[in-house]
Amino acid sequence: MQHKRWMFALLALLPTLAIFAYVRIYPIGDTLRLSLHKWDILSKNKPFIGFANFEELVGDPLFREALLNTTIIAFGVLLITIPLALVLAALIYHRTRSRLAGFYEAAIFIPHVVSLVPAAMAWKWIFDARLGPLNALLTSAGFAPKSWLFDPVLSVLCVIVLCSWQALGYAVIIYLVGFKSLPTSLYEAAELDGASAPQRFWHLSVPLLKPITLYVSVVTLVSGFNVYAQAFVLASDAQGAPGRQVRVLVLDMLENSFRNYRVGYAASEAVVLLAIVLVLTVIQFRLLREKGRS
Amino acid sequence: MRPLLENTTSRGMSRHTKERVINIAIDVVLTAVCLLMILPLVFLVSNAFKTPQEMLAWPPTVIPDDPTVANFRAVLADTPLLRWIGNSILFSVLSTVCILATSAITGYILGKFRYRVLNVFFAIILATAIVPFEVYMIPLYFQAKALGILNSTWGLLLGYLVMSFGIFLIRQNVIHSIPDELLEAARIDGAGELWIFLRIVLPLLRGALGALGVLAFFQAWTAFAWPLIVATTRDSYTIEVGLALFQTGFTVDLGRLSAASALVLIPSITLFVLLRRNFVQGVASTGLKE
Repeated sequence: MQHKRWMFALLALLPTLAIFAYVRIYPIGDTLRLSLHKWDILSKNKPFIGFANFEELVGDPLFREALLNTTIIAFGVLLITIPLALVLAALIYHRTRSRLAGFYEAAIFIPHVVSLVPAAMAWKWIFDARLGPLNALLTSAGFAPKSWLFDPVLSVLCVIVLCSWQALGYAVIIYLVGFKSLPTSLYEAAELDGASAPQRFWHLSVPLLKPITLYVSVVTLVSGFNVYAQAFVLASDAQGAPGRQVRVLVLDMLENSFRNYRVGYAASEAVVLLAIVLVLTVIQFRLLREKGRS
Repeated sequence: MRPLLENTTSRGMSRHTKERVINIAIDVVLTAVCLLMILPLVFLVSNAFKTPQEMLAWPPTVIPDDPTVANFRAVLADTPLLRWIGNSILFSVLSTVCILATSAITGYILGKFRYRVLNVFFAIILATAIVPFEVYMIPLYFQAKALGILNSTWGLLLGYLVMSFGIFLIRQNVIHSIPDELLEAARIDGAGELWIFLRIVLPLLRGALGALGVLAFFQAWTAFAWPLIVATTRDSYTIEVGLALFQTGFTVDLGRLSAASALVLIPSITLFVLLRRNFVQGVASTGLKE
C-alpha cells in the first residue's frame, strides 16, 4: 500500500522533474559555466578564461550604459508606481460598494494585460515628434516640441512612463487584496477616536501594508531590471537604427550573443543580472523576517 | 432634551452629506485616472480607422470623421498578420495545457504526499522561480538549436513548458482546500491513486486551475524576448515579434501600425473583460506568498 503510493508519487513527478531539469536547471547551470568561458558560437572549443569576462564588463562603456539605463528605469518605475498604486487602491477600496468599482479595477488593470507591443505602439504615437499629440500639446501651450524618442535622456523617460503605465495595474490589484485583508475593527476604533480618513490611511494602512509594499516593490524592480520589449519598440526609429535604442541589459546581452558572437561574455552579463535579482530577493526576505520578529 | 436630539440629527445629516460629497470627489478623481489609463488604447483603435490627414489633426479625434478600413486592408496585404496571430494562439494554448498539466499533478503530489525528498524538489522549484527567464534564455536557445526546433511552435514551447509559480499556486490550493480525510476515505474504499487525482482532486481544483490557465495563456501571448530569438523566419513569428519587427520597416506609417495593433488588441481586451474574475483572482494570488 505505502509502496504503491510512493511509486505513484514518483511516476507522477518524473515528467515534471525531467522537464524542469532540462529547461530550467541545465540552462541556469550553463549560464554560470559559460560566463567563465570564451565562446564565439562557431568554434568547437570553449576555453576557460576565469573571471576575464567580468573584468572586461567593468570597463565596457556599452555595458555600463546599459546597467545605468536599466537601473534608472527600474527605480523610476518603482518611484512612480508604488505611491500611485497605494493611493489608487485606497480610493478604490473606499468605493468598493460603488457601481463603478468594477470599471475602476478593469480600466487600471487593462494596460497590464494587453499585449505589450501593440500597447507600446499607442505610446509611440503619443511620443512621436511629428505626429504625436504630446508635442502638439506642448506647442499649443507655447513650449518647444521635443524629440522624445531620440533624445538619450528623454527616451529613457519615455520607457519609464510606458513601464509604469503597465506596472500600475498589477500593483493596484495586489494592494487591493491587502486592503481587503486588513482588520476592520482597528479602523472602527480609530474612527471612534476621531482619526480622519487621511490619518487612518497614513497611520494605519501604510504601516500595515508594509509587507505588501515590500513584495510589490521587489516584483516591480525585478521586472524593471528585465526590461526589454518596451525599449525595443519605443526607441527603435523607423529605420530601426540600433544605435538609437535605449540600451538596456537584456538588449546588450542579446547583442553580444547574437550580433557579436560572444556568448560567454553575454552569459557573464546574465550572471550580473541574476546577482542583482538575488540581492533584491534577499533584501526582501531579510526585511520580512525582521518584521516577523518585532 | 429636545434641542440635543435636534443637534445630533442635524450633525448626522451634515456628516452624511459631507461623506457623499467626498465620495463624489473620489469618483471624479478615479474616473479621470481610469480614462487617462485607457486613453492611449482608445486612440490606438481610433487611429486605425483614420486617414493619414486626420492622423495629424489637433486635437486628435476619438471618433474618426471619415472612417476608413484602408489601413487594415494594407496591413493584411503587407504582412501575414493572421498567420502570426495563429502562431501565437497555437503557442499560447499548448503552453497553457502543459503548464496546467504539470502544475496540477506536481502541486498535488507536493501538497499531499509526505516524503522527505519532496521537500528538496519543492525547494529546487522555488529557487529556480527566482531566476528570471532572461538570465538563462541564451543557453536554452542553443538547446533548442541542438534539438532542431528553432522557428517552430515546439521551439517556442520549450521555454514555456512549466511555471514554478503554477506549481506553487496549486500546492497552496491543495493544502488549503482538499481535506486529507476525503482522500483517506477514498483509499479505504479501494480507489486507486490515479483515480483519486482525476476524479476527486482535479474537480476540486477547477477554480485555481482556471485562474492559472488564464495567467499562463497571457504569459505566452505577451512573451517577447524568447520568441524574438527563437522564431526568426517571417512565417514563424508570433504576433508580438511580427508587429515589433514590422514597425521597424522603412515604409510603415502609424496608421497601418495602429490597424495591426488594433487587430491584436480588440480580441485580447474582449477576452480579458470576459475572464476578468479569473484574471484578477490569478494575478492577486501571485501576491499571496504566505
